Amino acid sequence: MILNGVQIDDTFAEAFNMRGTRVIITAQNLKWARHAANAITGFATSVIGCGVEAGIERELSKKETPDGRPGITIIMFAMGSAVLMKQLETRVGQCILTCPTAAAFSGIEGNDRINLGKNLRFFGDGFQTSKLFGGKRYWRIPVMDGEFICEETTGMVRAIGGGNFLIQATSQPQALTAAEAAIEAMRKIPNVIMPFPGGVVRSGSKVGSRYKGLFASTNDAFCPTLKGITKTELTPEIESVMEIVIDGLTEADIRKATRVGIAAVCKLGAKKGVKRISAGNYGGKLGQFQFHLHDIMKDKKLSDGKP
Amino acid sequence: MNALTFTLKIKPQQRIDCSPLTPDNLAGKSIANIAAIELQSGKKKLHVDAVFSISGDDASHIVIKKSRSKLDYIGCGMETGRISVHGDAGSYLGFQMAGGEIILHGNADAFAASGMAGGIIHIHGNVGDFLAAAIAGDRKGMQGGTVIVTGNAGDRVGDQMRRGILLIEGNAGSYCASRMLAGTIGVLGTVGDYIGYGMRHGTLLLTKTPALHATMQDCGLHTLPFLGLMFKSFGNLPSKFAKISKTRVQRYAGDLANDGKGEILVLK
Repeated sequence: MILNGVQIDDTFAEAFNMRGTRVIITAQNLKWARHAANAITGFATSVIGCGVEAGIERELSKKETPDGRPGITIIMFAMGSAVLMKQLETRVGQCILTCPTAAAFSGIEGNDRINLGKNLRFFGDGFQTSKLFGGKRYWRIPVMDGEFICEETTGMVRAIGGGNFLIQATSQPQALTAAEAAIEAMRKIPNVIMPFPGGVVRSGSKVGSRYKGLFASTNDAFCPTLKGITKTELTPEIESVMEIVIDGLTEADIRKATRVGIAAVCKLGAKKGVKRISAGNYGGKLGQFQFHLHDIMKDKKLSDGKP
Repeated sequence: MNALTFTLKIKPQQRIDCSPLTPDNLAGKSIANIAAIELQSGKKKLHVDAVFSISGDDASHIVIKKSRSKLDYIGCGMETGRISVHGDAGSYLGFQMAGGEIILHGNADAFAASGMAGGIIHIHGNVGDFLAAAIAGDRKGMQGGTVIVTGNAGDRVGDQMRRGILLIEGNAGSYCASRMLAGTIGVLGTVGDYIGYGMRHGTLLLTKTPALHATMQDCGLHTLPFLGLMFKSFGNLPSKFAKISKTRVQRYAGDLANDGKGEILVLK
């Protein structure tokens, strides 16, 4: 399949079952909500080293938040519920509780409820107090700037992590420009995050290593500087590869984000140095989900952005 | 289907216990069966049709017309449905109510919403003493739900109240929020003496600074974001409280003679 001169490989992204949650962060203004959101989603690029993958989903107007202040939603994913619960509690405690004027609320319904402020309330040392509004319990914890407001729990849902595609270009700036265009378009899609810095990852990995104790190492088949000495996946003109990893609440969300991202890259076209789009997988043996690029680009229902 | 309507046809000499007349209890019953239900009145038992004219067939919406203040325990223990009362209600309106809605177009007597755990009571009138309070022997008053009073309330509002929201658009009497355990009380008008006496926890929201006794202490002027959350949650309530958007309050804490974790917030 070739779109605007860009070859889309007949391959698929392999993705995994994960657990996900969403938190609404509000503050006195968007600036401080963003500070809190950046902090809680910091060091959360990959479950391999960070425990969770997290990112900012979107901004909320005053009308959309529970307390009528500007807000931001973040989504967080982990491989299991225990890790997610622990990471969420730690991160809310260190990043939202500490952030001036910030408050945290549940951003997702679901029968599985996990703690948001349920245990953080003990920071109040007996001066904490709870309020029950509309069937939801909120904790008021006295802090030095006034009060920290935190909903007792948030929802946890089954989610998917590891959707991805690879952008291959004839130069590093061109690859990055294409990745930025994809991210800009994909950030408009709800229910997904791209957890890596700026949404883009340059260090795609393969399973295993020549070194004992390392279970992942650089994906040499896609490293342009190794084209002559390894079994490369790259054609001679490719000088740089950027990957975009997508975590989403449902399969449909990831399909839509993939489609929109690839469409944005293809819009730049081969004239801007983008030559090929591929995807990362493990031969279909490890992940529970497969996102076939051709299938997604042909799916008329995912109509945002023309292929 | 028309609302199941009970029109009071006698002038009661004794108080009448109307607790059997709830949507849950009357669901699926024929008029004849309903007419045969006995209501306790003093030491007598009166059949429903000796007290009320009955019409309609939708037990999920009960209407009591020409109601008088001798009719006690209206909506007692109800879990679903709606009761509309035209006229006054006696004591124990919505006693131990767990859900549903009571709308009273008149005044209520003492102990309204006592032991209430859920649902909403909207009183378009005044209410007597011990609104949402615990009856003698109980350790907790209201334990959930919402009560809106458009008029005034008597003494001991929210005595030993444990949970829920009590919104009084008029004035409240003495000992408002006495021995309050938790929950939220709002009063738009004035309050009487000894406000928050023995208050242990909970929030009392006022618009005018009350006379405070010695064990209620000033904690200063604050902007509290939880008030935004609270007023937003009031948004759908048919009450003047739904129109408030202020979050600036003078905070008083107490009663320090009883743990002192309660608060009186005066809107500024």
